[in-house]
Amino acid sequence: MSQFPKIQTVGLTGILISFADTMSEPANRAALSFRAAIDAANWPEVSETSTSLVSTFLQVDLVIQPLDAMLTRLHDLLDTQDWYTAPLPSGRTLWHIPTVYGTDLAPQLEEAAELAGLDPDAAISQLSQARVRVLTIGFAPGQPYMGELPKNWDIPRQQALTKSVPAGALIVAIRQLIIFTNASPTGWRHIGQTAFKTFRPRSDSPFSLSPGDELCFPSISRSAYDKILSTDTSGAGGAETEVLS
Amino acid sequence: MTTTLTIVQAGPALTIQDRGRAGWLAQGLTKGGAADLVALYEGAALLGQSPDLAAIEMTGTGGTFTADADMRIALTGASMAANIDGETIVWNASHLLPAGSKLTIGGATSGTYGYLHVGGGIATEPVLGARASHLSAGLGAALKSGDRFPIGPDKSRDTGMRLPRDTRFDGGVVRVVASMQTDRFTADERDRFTATQFARDPRANRMGVRMDHDGAGFYAEGGLTILSEVIVPGDIQITGDGAPFVLMGESQTTGGYPRIGTVIPRDLPRVAQAPAGTKITFEFITLEQAITLETQHRRDIKALTGQLTALIRDPATIKNLLSYQLIGGVTSAIDNPFEKDI
Repeated sequence: MSQFPKIQTVGLTGILISFADTMSEPANRAALSFRAAIDAANWPEVSETSTSLVSTFLQVDLVIQPLDAMLTRLHDLLDTQDWYTAPLPSGRTLWHIPTVYGTDLAPQLEEAAELAGLDPDAAISQLSQARVRVLTIGFAPGQPYMGELPKNWDIPRQQALTKSVPAGALIVAIRQLIIFTNASPTGWRHIGQTAFKTFRPRSDSPFSLSPGDELCFPSISRSAYDKILSTDTSGAGGAETEVLS
Repeated sequence: MTTTLTIVQAGPALTIQDRGRAGWLAQGLTKGGAADLVALYEGAALLGQSPDLAAIEMTGTGGTFTADADMRIALTGASMAANIDGETIVWNASHLLPAGSKLTIGGATSGTYGYLHVGGGIATEPVLGARASHLSAGLGAALKSGDRFPIGPDKSRDTGMRLPRDTRFDGGVVRVVASMQTDRFTADERDRFTATQFARDPRANRMGVRMDHDGAGFYAEGGLTILSEVIVPGDIQITGDGAPFVLMGESQTTGGYPRIGTVIPRDLPRVAQAPAGTKITFEFITLEQAITLETQHRRDIKALTGQLTALIRDPATIKNLLSYQLIGGVTSAIDNPFEKDI
């Protein structure tokens, strides 16, 4: 019998359903789909849900909610289908986010390309045509972990941290991309720069992205980027969206 | 007219806090809120108002405050030396701050986080459903000298009540339940963890409290290969150098370090309030024991009002007794000033 899905309590605050112990597309799909099913079930005991890379978290007040009853219902729901091949939730968004690759704005493109076995032009071509999914959001508000890139992008983090990369930076490691919410130190390599704000606290929709959304990062010129910077007041950074059915 | 509280001089680490912002975990935003939630309930009991109202959290030291109209205040959490226009006032109690008077709050004498509550609550504009600053997420800002805040309508006039102090400012035993990665630590390693006396590291903050100890660090099997996973307040992560780090309300939503256990919610204020260097030990308890303790704690919190006692002051020790009665509108017609603090 498989060890997964595995159900565990998290402090007195919730229940975690893990679908694997390493990152994989099917396990991430399972986590997203199972969260959508929990949200649809609308159990009154569940005050909030979230996903990490390969698991679904249910915020449940274990001080007042009987755990055994919750576990029975979770097992019943898990048994209704194969979550690893489940369709992804509907209503997700496909984003096209204009990106400057390389230049002084994103000084580690060449280094990352070499680790991925590509020359810089081929790397830009591959990255700007890749379509990735928001695997999870974390570390900072609205900050997406996106993947998976082709296998040649399974490049390690740097040993030493880069002191600070700016908000909107597109960074890469281990077949994943991140757009930074705030300027921050990182061990990932800074390959592109966007004008996209992942967190807009005073806006009606403060968090731009949701787990499960998909993204492309088309390559634009430095002058096109500067034009976006000078005209964009929304924080969208020139992004265009489509609804995925 | 809206009453306004002004910070004449701000200490280095003041923020507005309430019970935090639930509902945004999936978007990468933790709940945050007051580091010592018990203090919020105490302030609410002292002023006879909702624990959802916002207060000023003061880390280590307070500041000087003044109001443009009579205002009820309560002081809770870490004890700090406080006076109104030079006259010492009691901590863990409610008082009247007369219009134009100067409230001065100094350094903490026990504990780390003190709270200034006002009747009606601090009524700044909520962001994402709460007034709490969440500095690591970029919400709100540290308060500075000259800041002015609107105060909500205050339905009561009662002051001069106090609550007994509890022991949460003195470190001691912090109870822990097993969590997601507890079984990655061997039984020997867990035993060594509970047998070790820790001291709160001075660099602790609202994101987390690092625990220092003598001797070897603690290690999980396969600790470096653990996937980043959800964090709940109280999780004790073991960082790369083997030191335990208790994650507080303003931590990140996910983290990749192994968690040896989770501090139960009622003991989190004890971790938050322990001053730098204070001794702390951890004790594992079962989920059932934790549920019993938390149930009792929630009952106690709701019953705080029953522990209120009137501040009795000898009129002979009140230097400027007459002035209290002469300040227009200060004294309630139904209050007996000799039984209360003013």
